[in-house]
Amino acid sequence: MNKLCSSIVILTLVSAVFSTNVFAETVHQERSLYRNILVDDQGDLRCLKFNVKTSKTNQSCFYKSDPHRLVFNYTKLLFSGLLLIEEPKNILIIGLGGGTMSNTLQQLYPTSKIINVEIDPAVVKVARKHFGFFENQHVSSVIQDGRIFIKRALIKKQQYDWIILDAFNGDYIPEHLLTQEFLQETKDLLSPKGILSANTFSVSELYAHESATYKKVFGDFYNVRNYKNTNRIILATKSQLPSLALINQRAKKLQSRLTPFNIDLLEVSQQMTSTSIEQDWSEDTKLLTDQFSPANLLNN
Amino acid sequence: MTDHQTQPSWQNPFIYLLAFCSGFCIMGIELLGGRILAPFFGSSVHIWGSIITVFMLSLSFGYLAGGKLSTKSASLKKYGLIFVLAGITILPVAFWSTGIMEIIFLNVDDSRYGSLLACGALFFIPTIILGMISPYSVRLLVTDKDSSGQTAGKLYFVSTLGSALGTIITSFYFVLFFEVNNIITVFSSVLAILGICAILLNKSVKPLHINTAGVVHE
Repeated sequence: MNKLCSSIVILTLVSAVFSTNVFAETVHQERSLYRNILVDDQGDLRCLKFNVKTSKTNQSCFYKSDPHRLVFNYTKLLFSGLLLIEEPKNILIIGLGGGTMSNTLQQLYPTSKIINVEIDPAVVKVARKHFGFFENQHVSSVIQDGRIFIKRALIKKQQYDWIILDAFNGDYIPEHLLTQEFLQETKDLLSPKGILSANTFSVSELYAHESATYKKVFGDFYNVRNYKNTNRIILATKSQLPSLALINQRAKKLQSRLTPFNIDLLEVSQQMTSTSIEQDWSEDTKLLTDQFSPANLLNN
Repeated sequence: MTDHQTQPSWQNPFIYLLAFCSGFCIMGIELLGGRILAPFFGSSVHIWGSIITVFMLSLSFGYLAGGKLSTKSASLKKYGLIFVLAGITILPVAFWSTGIMEIIFLNVDDSRYGSLLACGALFFIPTIILGMISPYSVRLLVTDKDSSGQTAGKLYFVSTLGSALGTIITSFYFVLFFEVNNIITVFSSVLAILGICAILLNKSVKPLHINTAGVVHE
């Protein structure tokens, strides 16, 4: 009973820290072309927020004393992509946030080429200054709309082993990054064994439309979710989807490499379900296309 | 200046209705412009810069052209022709926009100028024609100098109200239920059908307009 009480107290304290701004100290604030950007310090935790001063809109957080340790579940879930690909040589990240993905992947694969595409120059600046986002000869950032970058990259005949789509925040969805045409362009940009990870939605009406669209373009895919938050990760491949057995094997192999980043890859691998086994949307769901993509309205 | 005295009673309400519909369609089309351009030029703020610039610019030319046209034997028939022409010139947006935007995308690297060019290619001509409707409506509605300001005011009220409704209904509901191209095609058909109605109705009052009939061109 005592244990229960103390854990409730701890939980309450933790949630208080995360859900209120009482302890928050604003480090940086600016109105960019696209949004209000806010950098908050809550003790050891530094967070990037868009638009509103609530924890719901946290885009990216890190521990100042231990920047390697990832904070967010969804960021951790994004690493499930590593279970589908051997060694990503060329990585494309759409949506920079605090640059956490880029930094972590650079440490995991120091020789891999990483390109970050971010529409908002102010976000890139803030990531560099306040979140330790770094660039070198392997890591670069481009300020461009993700869709345009992908279209141009296709013309230049570029290929990527891993494309990470992390461009959706809670407030506004770029609707042209959800359509069948866009996903086809993304698929075309993948190398033969390439994979796509998308950090996206698990609730609202949009879930079904988005799932149906991914399935149409990529065939069956993996959903990665822990049901603790409203995020889910879609894992899709250009060629065949590897089996869960193979994924478990890889998770065991990689587990120790990811522990320093606070990622439990074995746990993540348990949270993956293939749509070939569990398809939780109706077969006649309307696809999202460039002609029909009211994503923000569907996400209400 | 004698024809207005003999015009039938339905003519003015009919012109207001047409002006309302043209206002509705203009803003509905403008709003869909953002959707149409996004796959090639993104959804950044400069997209709206391009769209609003092109629409304002072509409307301004349209006002000038419509005013000029209205000085030469104005008739319901010519008025209807403007609508039919607007309906026709908006159709390429539904059928060829992808091809047009692709060519521009491949040739212009900067998405600001790319979107401006694409927007011009798609919307410049139809919006000029739609812009001609307002001054032409004023010409058909005005009967005397004293009430001309009031007539113009009433017309702007009706057509701008149409624009407001066209904006909200398109963005709140149409995009949720229909495909962009279908909405554009419906706008085009509505304009063309209204234009044809105006032409047909003009025929019914033709005997009163002997001096103005038969000189319609363009």
